[in-house]
Order: sequence, then C-alpha cells, then structure tokens
Amino acid sequence: MSGRTHDFGAAARQAVADRELQTVLKKAMGHIRELRRNSVERMPDFAARRDRAQAVKQRALDNLPDLLETLEARLTAAGGTVHWAEDGPAATRIVTELLTRHGVRLAVKGKSMIGEEIGLTAALGAAGIETVETDLGEYIIQLAGHAPSHIISPALHLSRAAVSDLFVRKLGKTGEDIPAMTRVAREVLRQKFLAADAGITGVNVAVAETGTLVLLENEGNIRLSTTCPPIHVALMSLEKVVADLEDAATVLDILPPAATGQVLPVHLSWFTGPRRPDEHDGPRELHLVIVDNGRSQILADPVLRPILRCLRCGACLNVCPVYQRLGGHAYGSVYPGPMGSILSPLLADAPGDPRQPFACTHCRACADACPVGIDHPALLQALRERIAAHSPDPATTLFAALARHPALFGGAAAAGRLLDLDLTRSARLLPRSRLGRYLRGRRFPGLRRPCSLFLRQPGGRP
Amino acid sequence: MQAHLFIPCLVEHVLPRIGRATARVLASVGADPIIPAGQTCCGQLAYKRGRPDLVRPLAQRFIALFEAAPVVVSPSGSCVAMVRRYPELFAPDDPWQARARQVAERTFELGQFLVDQLGLTDIGARLPIRATLHESCQMTRVLGAGYTTRTLLAHVRDLDLVPLAHPEDCCGFGGAFSLDYPELAQTITEDKVDDIVASGAEAVIAAEPSCLLNIGSVMAKRGLPIRTLHLAEVLGGAAR
Repeated sequence: MSGRTHDFGAAARQAVADRELQTVLKKAMGHIRELRRNSVERMPDFAARRDRAQAVKQRALDNLPDLLETLEARLTAAGGTVHWAEDGPAATRIVTELLTRHGVRLAVKGKSMIGEEIGLTAALGAAGIETVETDLGEYIIQLAGHAPSHIISPALHLSRAAVSDLFVRKLGKTGEDIPAMTRVAREVLRQKFLAADAGITGVNVAVAETGTLVLLENEGNIRLSTTCPPIHVALMSLEKVVADLEDAATVLDILPPAATGQVLPVHLSWFTGPRRPDEHDGPRELHLVIVDNGRSQILADPVLRPILRCLRCGACLNVCPVYQRLGGHAYGSVYPGPMGSILSPLLADAPGDPRQPFACTHCRACADACPVGIDHPALLQALRERIAAHSPDPATTLFAALARHPALFGGAAAAGRLLDLDLTRSARLLPRSRLGRYLRGRRFPGLRRPCSLFLRQPGGRP
Repeated sequence: MQAHLFIPCLVEHVLPRIGRATARVLASVGADPIIPAGQTCCGQLAYKRGRPDLVRPLAQRFIALFEAAPVVVSPSGSCVAMVRRYPELFAPDDPWQARARQVAERTFELGQFLVDQLGLTDIGARLPIRATLHESCQMTRVLGAGYTTRTLLAHVRDLDLVPLAHPEDCCGFGGAFSLDYPELAQTITEDKVDDIVASGAEAVIAAEPSCLLNIGSVMAKRGLPIRTLHLAEVLGGAAR
C-alpha cells in the first residue's frame, strides 16, 4: 500500500459544507435518479439480464489468460498491434514512445478511466505531446484542471453557470444555453480532430474471438478520434475482454441501461483492426495497450475477484448515499463510490484514504443496482476485515469486551445514566471530538432504564 | 406458544419502549414472550468494524442463550440480519457452525415472524394517526423482509399512511459510520427528515430502532413535532 494518504473524512466534511457543490449534486443526482426510474427500474427482465451478464463476465475472468491470448492473436491477425503493460508507468512509457516515434504533437482523446488511472495525459505532456479531451464533460474538466468526479459524467460537479464562466475565461466565448455552449466546444474540438496526429480511447468491451474493440458513446467524439487521425491507440484494463460476440451482446444488453438509462448509446462502434487496403477511412495503425496495474493480483484473490466483473457503468455511485452527497473528488482516488472503494485500494500505487471501505452506511443499494451482480457489501466487508486486522480500533475492542459480560455491560450503561445521561456533558467537554461533532446536529434521547427489567417474568430463563 | 424475545442493546438501554411494545404485540397474538437474562449485544458493531474475531464470542453467548428456544423474535431487522450471519463466522468443521445455523434459522424480525411464520397480516391493531413509512435498508435490501412491514401496516385501522418521495433511501445512520463521518451522515439524515416533513406525516414508522434513533435525534434537534414509531408500537397501540 502506498505511503500517500488522503483524509476522506476531512474531504467529506468540506464537501457537505460547500453549498454550491451541494446544489449541483442534488440536481444532478435527481436527474440520474429519474433516468434510472425510467429504465432499469421499469425493466421487467433486469434480473435475468443481470444474471446473464454476470455469468458472461465471471466466465471471462475464469478464462482470462486464454481470452487475452486469443484477443492478441486475432487483433494482430486483423493488422493491429498489442502491447502489454504491467503497471501505470509501463503503460504510459509504451504510449509515449509509440507517439514520439510517430512524431505526434497533438493527440485527441476519448474518455478513458484507465487513462486517468495511469496518468496518461500528464505523462504525454511531459514528453511534449498535447492531449485534448474530446468527450464534452472531459473537455470541460480538462479546461478547469479538475479530475473527473464521476466515471460516466466527469463534470457532474460543475453547474452550467460555472461551465459558462470557464468557457469565457478559457475560450473567450460561451453560449446562452447548453446546446449553444456545446456548439462553442464543438467548434474548438472539430479543429483538434482534424489537426490531431493520434487518437486515444479506452475500450468498453474487447471480443477475443474476433479481436474486436467495442466502444459506447453519445457524442461522436470517439468515432472522430478513431477515424480522423492516422493512429488509434486504445487502452484497456485486462478485465474488459469477453469470449465472443454473443457474450459482448449480453454485456451490451445491460450496460447502457445501467449507465445512462439508454437502450443503446447513440454511437456503438466495433473496431476490428486498422484501415484495410480497400478501405477509405479508419486509422492506418491500431494499437491496443492492455494494462494490468494490480489486476492479476485481484484475479488471484478468490474473495475480491468479483470486482473485476465491473463494467464501469456508474450505477453503484448513483445510488450510494455517500457518493450522492459528495460527488467523486472527496474520495481522492480515480474510482469513487462503492466500486471505487473496493477497486482503488487494490490497484498498484493506490492513492486515496486507506480506511475508505469504512465510509459506508451498509445500505446495500449498490449491490441491488449492479448490472453484473457484484456484492459490494461483502467485498467491502472483506476489505474492512483485512484493514482491521492490522489497525485495531480500541473503542470496538472495549465495547465487545463489555458485551461478553452482562454485568459489566449493564453496569457501564448504568454508569452512563448517572454520569452523562444524554451525552451532552461529554460533547461539551470534547466539542471537536467525533461525539461532539455528532451531537452538534442531533439530540440524543438519553440512556434509559433497561426494558428487560420491566419485562422479565419469573421462569423467564430458558 | 412461546417466543423468545431478543432485545437489541440499543432497545434495552435507549429505546426500551420498543422492547415493551414488542412484548405486548407478541402476547396479543398468543406468543408468550420469554426474555432470557444476560443478553447484551449481537456483535453487529464489531462485525461492521471488520472484527469477526470479536463477534465470535458474542455469537457463542447468543447461541448458548437462545438455542433451546423454538423461535427467537426481535424488533430489529439489522440485529436479526447479524444473527443470520453467525454461521459464516465459524469454519464448516466447527460444531459451532451447525449450532449457529440452527439458531439463525429460528430467529425472525417481528414483522417477519407475524407474517411469514404465523401467517398473520391483520392483528386487529388500530392507531388513528397520519404517518409515513421509512423502509429501513436492513429490513428491505439486507434481510429482504420489507414487505412484512408494509403488509402489517396496511391492515392497521385508522392509520393514515402517507408516502415518502424516497422511502427506500438510507437514513444515514450506518452504526459507527455516523460517528466516523458526523457531518456527512447528518447531511444524509437531513434529506430523510426533509422528505418526512414534506409528506405531512405526524409520525415516521420503521421496523429498525437504529433508524428511528437516528431520524428522531435530528428531528429533535430541529424541534420538529414529528414522532418516531416502531412497527411494534403501531401494532401494540391497539393490543395494549
């Protein structure tokens, strides 16, 4: 585990005190809730689709080395090139060297979480290669210098007014409404697509049997990124592969509804190799970089392996009471929310708060929403047990010790009744303690005489 | 018939009225409530702190206290869910696993016991109040027994049940979560309270004492005249 630590508690406190952020989040999460209500919550066969997708992804994980080898062979046969990266630095080195060798100065990039994970844009920038994000949300946060706050809607934390101000500052103009602002961004980005020497994308699903890379998008920027420039570099984490087209279709049955409430995205692209001699468009070279970055170790862990089924749809973020109030930045990691609280700490050189798995209300909304049946609560529990094994919590130990002895347990409660019935004294003595902060917004009803004393009848003992 | 009453520590020491109401309801349906002495905590707190090693001795205490009982009933979905996890705390070849399973299989949340075990949906309760139901996560998604609460409430006479906009949303308690992240937890609870206020209800009902404590403590701080009622109090209102 990395030495860098992030204080999620402090970040959460800041986020809930940020009125502007709270207003933006409330509106955005309300909108997402509406999309869910009109899609997966109305889908009569959600459970059946989920079970099928879960089986497909689990089978793929169980055969992962074979599938990846097949993918490499088929994609190579189709004229593409496959690169393997053990970790983030290896992946950025591969892409940087490749683009430098081709004299690339400007790359256009479609949204890619694995790109964020490995810090690709910064690495390319250090090598003198400019990268322009072309997904509208990603473009906005690139202009703002922010990290994505949601894996599907990266600029979710910004209001329309904030984006408009940003456009004025960075682009010198804005639009009156969202369509007009989108046109402003489109004018800028269109020039970048035409000028770019390379296009960089992620991969939603890779089909081993055919060597095909499948990408979902709503804006057309991925189509342009992969057809205008002469080189297409696709990045994928190794768990994106499935066996065949039928399995890919099973994933596509559930991914768009779970992610955005759509039946299918506006653009669904299937890339099998670069441009062929008889074709008039498409990139001249296609490179696929397959990134591990700690995933082989997750794969070897029978308890945590299911997190590799994750499709990055964002459904667990959208329903999580913690994510809903904070957005993604408070997590201090690339992947936020329930899936992020599991995956992020397992990745190589993981930033974020080492106690992130404890920041959970145990509500189980994530597991209910997951389109591939990941039991986030069980995985978070496994992580909590591993963390607690080397950083015990004295209060829990004391409470559990008292609970082993009814006389002590009852005695402690009786002492509490005498000394500080409703905890206000303790809170006054320690206003900055967790208890003091807890009682700032709450009135504890107080300790009472135990009810079993009233209720126990003679002969009550079994 | 006898039913052994498993009283959660939160009910025993903070919300005893829920324990008394549960005993009343059990008596009213002909299940004589037996309260074994020596109950403390089911271990849920330690479990969620990632300490199954601390839960095991508490589970063994619980099993020893209740294994002679034909049926164990508790007014808390989360505590029942904890008891149902006991078997997985022990290795398959550990005799405690089989003992844990026997107790877990016979332990029910109050509504679960009435509806699923006794087949009752109407126990003749009557409560003239306009109230709303908070569907506790532990009752619905974790224990999968939310329908029993709804079924029982639907049959309470004079109960004017008004809907919440988001009854299924978590109230933000999460045990130690709300002490670890007090401001974040409160933000979640405030949204729940706002939903309750908007419903126009005079009382909020839940089958989970911890949610009621949490929601009630924020409502008290805000000086709202809205009561918290446990399912048992609603059902026991008429049973007396």
